[in-house]
Amino acid sequence: MIQRLLLNLRVVGSLGARSVKQTFRRPQLMAPIIVFPTLLLAIQTSGAGSAIGLEGFPQVNGFLDFMLAGAMVQSTLLAGNSGGIALAVDIEMGFTDRLLAAPISRFAMVLGRLAGTAVLGAATACWFLAIGLIFGVQIEEGVPGALLMILFVSLSAIAFGAIGAAVALRTGTASVVQGLFPLVFVILFLSSAFFPADLILEPAGSVAEYNPLSFVVDGIRDPTISVLTAEVFWKAVGAIVLILGIGIGFSALALRHRLRTGG
Amino acid sequence: MEARSLPVSGFSSREDREVIGALIRRSANEILRVPGAAIPGVLAPTIFFLGLSAVFGNLTQLPGFTTDTYQNFIIPVSLMQGAGFTGAATGVNMARDIEQGWFDRLLASPAPRPVLLAGLVLSASLRALVPAIVLLSVGFAIGVDWPGLDGLIVALLLVMGMGTSAALWGASIALKFKSQSAAPLMQAGMFTLILTTTAYAPLELLKGWLHTVAEYNPMTQVIEAARQGFVTGGVTWGETWPGLLCLAGLIALFAWWALRGMTRFADS
Repeated sequence: MIQRLLLNLRVVGSLGARSVKQTFRRPQLMAPIIVFPTLLLAIQTSGAGSAIGLEGFPQVNGFLDFMLAGAMVQSTLLAGNSGGIALAVDIEMGFTDRLLAAPISRFAMVLGRLAGTAVLGAATACWFLAIGLIFGVQIEEGVPGALLMILFVSLSAIAFGAIGAAVALRTGTASVVQGLFPLVFVILFLSSAFFPADLILEPAGSVAEYNPLSFVVDGIRDPTISVLTAEVFWKAVGAIVLILGIGIGFSALALRHRLRTGG
Repeated sequence: MEARSLPVSGFSSREDREVIGALIRRSANEILRVPGAAIPGVLAPTIFFLGLSAVFGNLTQLPGFTTDTYQNFIIPVSLMQGAGFTGAATGVNMARDIEQGWFDRLLASPAPRPVLLAGLVLSASLRALVPAIVLLSVGFAIGVDWPGLDGLIVALLLVMGMGTSAALWGASIALKFKSQSAAPLMQAGMFTLILTTTAYAPLELLKGWLHTVAEYNPMTQVIEAARQGFVTGGVTWGETWPGLLCLAGLIALFAWWALRGMTRFADS
């Protein structure tokens, strides 16, 4: 039993490491995770920075303090999408079939991909934290707050990665998973990722207020701009668990369907 | 079409026009046969337009804003983004043609290189109208003000110029890297060029480095020229010519770079 668990952990580790290497080797997978969110962060911070003067905007030292969490979540959403694309490419090229023929747990295959996405999530969180600190962001909750942000970003990367994996396993086509890319921005714009929900125009403002992504963003943002409250913390945890549950559930169903029908 | 022994410059001859026409028709065929390929170029700027209008809509309350509805302010940016993405897609298609060897056959033909390049990029200027029409339809449906016929014509002319400029940029990158993997660079280049302008707010409201970059970025003039009709309801020559001039400069620069790339590609 323990030997089997260790074997599966080794499989998860190997597939996770492969997933991370694959992302760093392919610019088309790396660009959406790091380059685009960093560019957008830099441009939006300077372009819409005057927004902190609006009535009702939370007290912040600068717009970058507010935007940092949005950039992190954007990056993890895109990391989840990129992970799904890479998994679909594996299916198209027959790599997944070879794994299925190997004496390893089916779920270890998916978990391996998600482990890689979690590592990428943590790496992007560190990247954006470094950018923030260089450009004057003050994390109100200090080092524990920064560690909590990294944890939340990694967990949300797993959750979004699970959704990407579910679509990849169901369709087996990279172009379909790639087609979700614009949807990522729809979800982002309908959340508090880039602006406080109560300052977003209606009807988007009301959607943002109840969008689970807003709870995740607020959980990542609060340690930077104020003191993290238990309510915000548990809402963030609940939203991540909800998204993860949906992703894992649909992945399991899609994998079962794939095994039953052979494609 | 008769083969010629030496490539000559200029687009005046009948053969040159036939080559350009054939390449434009090939590109148009791609839209008809693979309509899904046009979706990202249409969908992405539309989502950005709707999203940014909602998210940053309250920015117009800030003193210094030149309009009271953010849709009017942001729609020219989205029009340029649509043209930029469509142009960059031409570069991706060119990279695919290079990977599959089709571009080698084009270069081996007796058609002059500027003619081949013109055929490839002029199609982008027409394709750029597809996202523009969709965006304008969505925009007018949600309350964007009518820019006047002259404002609309100026905006569409600039969209076509932007499509050409982005296609030349994409072609330069495709010829340099010879791989579709360079697609993010094509898109990121246009994305940066368009957004490091007065895209989000007027110049006096931009902060830090972006204020300086936007002041010298030629795209700022293009955006402002396209924006004037939507914001003021009228068009003046004084607001238009800097945009046209900057766009012509960008096209000349990228065309020179792409032609140099073609020469190097053919020699390698």
